[in-house]
Amino acid sequence: MQTWSLVSMCVLLGIVVRWGVSLNSYSGAGKPPMFGDYEAQRHWQEVTYNLPLQEWYSNTTENDLNYWGLDYPPLTAYHSLVCAYVAKTINPEWVDLHKSRGYESPAHKLFMRATVLVADLLIYIPAVVLYCLYLTDGSTKKKVCTVFCFLLYPGLILIDYGHFQYNGVSLGFALWGVLALGLGWDALGSLAFCLALNYKQMELYHALPFFCYLLGKSVKLGLMGRGLFLLVRIASTVLVTFALCWLPFLSDPGDAMQVVRRIFPVARGLFEDKVANAWCSLNILIKIRSILSSDSQIYISFACTLLAVLPSCVRLLMKPTFWQFKLALVRGIQLIILPLFLKDGLLVPYAVTSLAFLFFSIYLLSALEHCSEEELRLGAFHKLLFCLPKLDLFYISVSAMAGLSVVTVALVPPTHLPDLFPVLVSSTAFLHFLGTFIYFNIVQFSEPPSRKSQKKND
Amino acid sequence: IVNLRHFSFRWCVARCLSDLLLICHWVCVSVSHSTDFEVHRNWLAITHSLPVSRWYHENTSEWTLDYPPLFAWFELGLSHAARHFDPDMLLVENLNYASPSTVLFQRLSVIFTDLLFIYAARECCRCVQDQKGSRDVLNRPSFVLAVLLLWNFGLLIVDHIHFQYNGFLFGFLLLSVAKHLQRQHLQGALLFSVLLNLKHIYLYVAPAYGVYLLRSYCFTQDNKDGSVSWSSFSPLRLLALGGIVASVCALSFGPFIAMGQLPQVLSRLFPFKRGLCHAYWAPNIWALYNTLDKILATLGVRLKLLQEAGLPRASMTGGLVQEFQHSVLPSVTPSITLVCTLLSILPAVASIWFRPRGARGFLRCLLLCALGSFVFGWHVHEKAILIAILPLSILAVENREDAGIFLVLTTTGHYSLFPLLFTPAELPIKVSLMLLFTIYSFTALRKLYSGRGSLLRPLESVYLLGLVGVAFACEVAFPLSPWQQKLPFLPLLATSVYCSLGVCYSFLRLYASLLRPPGKPKQP
Repeated sequence: MQTWSLVSMCVLLGIVVRWGVSLNSYSGAGKPPMFGDYEAQRHWQEVTYNLPLQEWYSNTTENDLNYWGLDYPPLTAYHSLVCAYVAKTINPEWVDLHKSRGYESPAHKLFMRATVLVADLLIYIPAVVLYCLYLTDGSTKKKVCTVFCFLLYPGLILIDYGHFQYNGVSLGFALWGVLALGLGWDALGSLAFCLALNYKQMELYHALPFFCYLLGKSVKLGLMGRGLFLLVRIASTVLVTFALCWLPFLSDPGDAMQVVRRIFPVARGLFEDKVANAWCSLNILIKIRSILSSDSQIYISFACTLLAVLPSCVRLLMKPTFWQFKLALVRGIQLIILPLFLKDGLLVPYAVTSLAFLFFSIYLLSALEHCSEEELRLGAFHKLLFCLPKLDLFYISVSAMAGLSVVTVALVPPTHLPDLFPVLVSSTAFLHFLGTFIYFNIVQFSEPPSRKSQKKND
Repeated sequence: IVNLRHFSFRWCVARCLSDLLLICHWVCVSVSHSTDFEVHRNWLAITHSLPVSRWYHENTSEWTLDYPPLFAWFELGLSHAARHFDPDMLLVENLNYASPSTVLFQRLSVIFTDLLFIYAARECCRCVQDQKGSRDVLNRPSFVLAVLLLWNFGLLIVDHIHFQYNGFLFGFLLLSVAKHLQRQHLQGALLFSVLLNLKHIYLYVAPAYGVYLLRSYCFTQDNKDGSVSWSSFSPLRLLALGGIVASVCALSFGPFIAMGQLPQVLSRLFPFKRGLCHAYWAPNIWALYNTLDKILATLGVRLKLLQEAGLPRASMTGGLVQEFQHSVLPSVTPSITLVCTLLSILPAVASIWFRPRGARGFLRCLLLCALGSFVFGWHVHEKAILIAILPLSILAVENREDAGIFLVLTTTGHYSLFPLLFTPAELPIKVSLMLLFTIYSFTALRKLYSGRGSLLRPLESVYLLGLVGVAFACEVAFPLSPWQQKLPFLPLLATSVYCSLGVCYSFLRLYASLLRPPGKPKQP
């Protein structure tokens, strides 16, 4: 069947799933006084529309930063402004300064969900389609299946369309960056990635691979010739992009500093909302909080994060192939936040989309590609864990996640350990992360298969 | 190597997952589920809480029991499961009760009964002849049929979003057809009798069954020239058929006949007090008739040929179902529609008597009966188009001409279901699902019959493209225009009229393919 028809069917199915999830409840629905992320986004539209630009990030009488103050870079603010203009034409009550706090209505929900879908359709979905069609190898069927799996990834759908966020935009821009780099358009790639960075500062996780890859490539081309030229081009693109995004704030350095302070709130502790990371898990064993001071915790966490990604980045510097770059990117931290979904009443869609995704990934990937253990180099992985019994790791992890999900919903935690389940979920998520991290390290450092080595930038 | 049986199982699971996907968004949306939801809740309550003698007399709610008794027994069975979800839904007084557990139970019951439909679809796929060759699985006719049946847009919309048990009922119909295709006529007859006693709308296709079974099953042999061989009549087979039908009806109606309630039951099943057309006109000939009447009336008033005061005031496409009189053209009574329907299906039925073409001829006759009743029937629901669309899928994957008719009828029929979902929240879903199904059916059927020119005639392509224009006008342009207040029924009218052209055209083309003399070369 023709590629375009298959791809359009995948996209349509993705839209159906997204909109289906949209019709569920969102973060903070009906929960005054603070509500949730949905109210935060609505509040940002209110702030950006009604207040002058200089006041967006500062604490004034009109703008109370304690009530969902802006804490994403300026591109998010501009996006909210555009949405606010649309909102104003439909119903001015939605963005009335102060009066619209906690505004909830079916029509408004429809509008907000529509903004997420439009942003996805414009930025994320085209990036996914183009990436899978042009930068993956294999038969057409395999490419279409990759599109399918990408578009149906439950985590992103549930966070963006259930919980309510705009991660699709920043991920989309980052993916455009990867796409451009894959096609050899380094300046455009850097431009796209800068846009992603200026949308959400979380993309800094991906910044290191980008930086190392481009630096490594320039070095390889020779620092006295084309390499230098490339470096200069990239650097100027980055600077110009940042300047354009921050232009309105650069007139007053105080404004710019205030924005930076809002974006990187280092005063907050490390345990924000029991997010899955090493610290939470480690804390079960060693009470870190009581041992170290707040500042040293920050330094140590920074050092450890750097150490964790350092090997892959060094490898990327030495061998800047596109394939290595992709592998390094996979280390983007993916957080499975079940308690957050539970808070928003999204358990059923979570279960359903995860199940659907798992089913389709297993079925499609196994049917179309004879994935032998050799090819996946799981042999090395298994050797590392020779102490564990020879069970299928995949089914163990799936059953663990399923079991945890069921337990979190069905049982009531014991009274002396009230946060048992969220902590367990975070720890499991971290273990999964650690497992895949080690696996990809092994893959990156072993010999790449011969058929993958003829990329354009090799 | 993946074989088809392997695929079927996985497709079953895929269909189940798609059902779950749909349930996940509807469980939490408490507004905008249709009145049919309350209808079925009410029936659960009636069958559970009241004694059998009261079932067809009960009218606390406006949604009285108007399906045959076997469906009532089915609802009784469901109600015992419902008790564990939320006992309050089983109280007759709880009108419009829709707690989350109630919604969950109802949706789950549809999904569960859908399993029968999945089984029936699988049986139909087994009847379809696969050409021997090295085609990959995705291009085999049986696979295409499986997708066309399981992911049928109309069925998804009507069952899971609008809420009915059509998947369950169509399961019986398709299974019965599959049994006939597999030459197991007694089983097919049994399934059809059960179906008739579950929902009497399938009386539309009863003539096809009756004549086919009489002609091809009771007469065991044909003469050499194809005509009836009267001597080969087998009374035993006739008795067997009669026994099956009689026993199923006895099971269903028995208690009511014993209580002397048969007239009451029949009056509930056939409420002719409802108008010629449903609130939203089904795209049949009467929609065109009504429109013509309206146009003539308006013209007559403009040209001062008629008095406006003399015209009956009735809103034909208002939200309520009312009886109305036509202004200019003669009014249509139920008997007229009955006569028209019978006349329209007579040639088809006669054709399988005088020139039986085996089980596939029977299927074609069944389609024509369904479509004929749709086009000429009294108070037809637009959902009834599915009775024609689903069996036509079987013919479409085997025969090139049928594939072309299928594309026209299905796209038109599915689009005519759009007004069932009218809230803005449902717009992206119905448009995406419709596009999904349409793209798949066009590309899959094209690939199946590739290399022999286009499946659609130019006029048909233009018509289907016009559908896009009508859709845009009705869904996007009209609500934002100033006419929205003055003429709110205009999109419904436009949809009805435009779709009825397509439906009537498909009806005529199907007839032509049936009545064509058998000398013409058959398309593989």
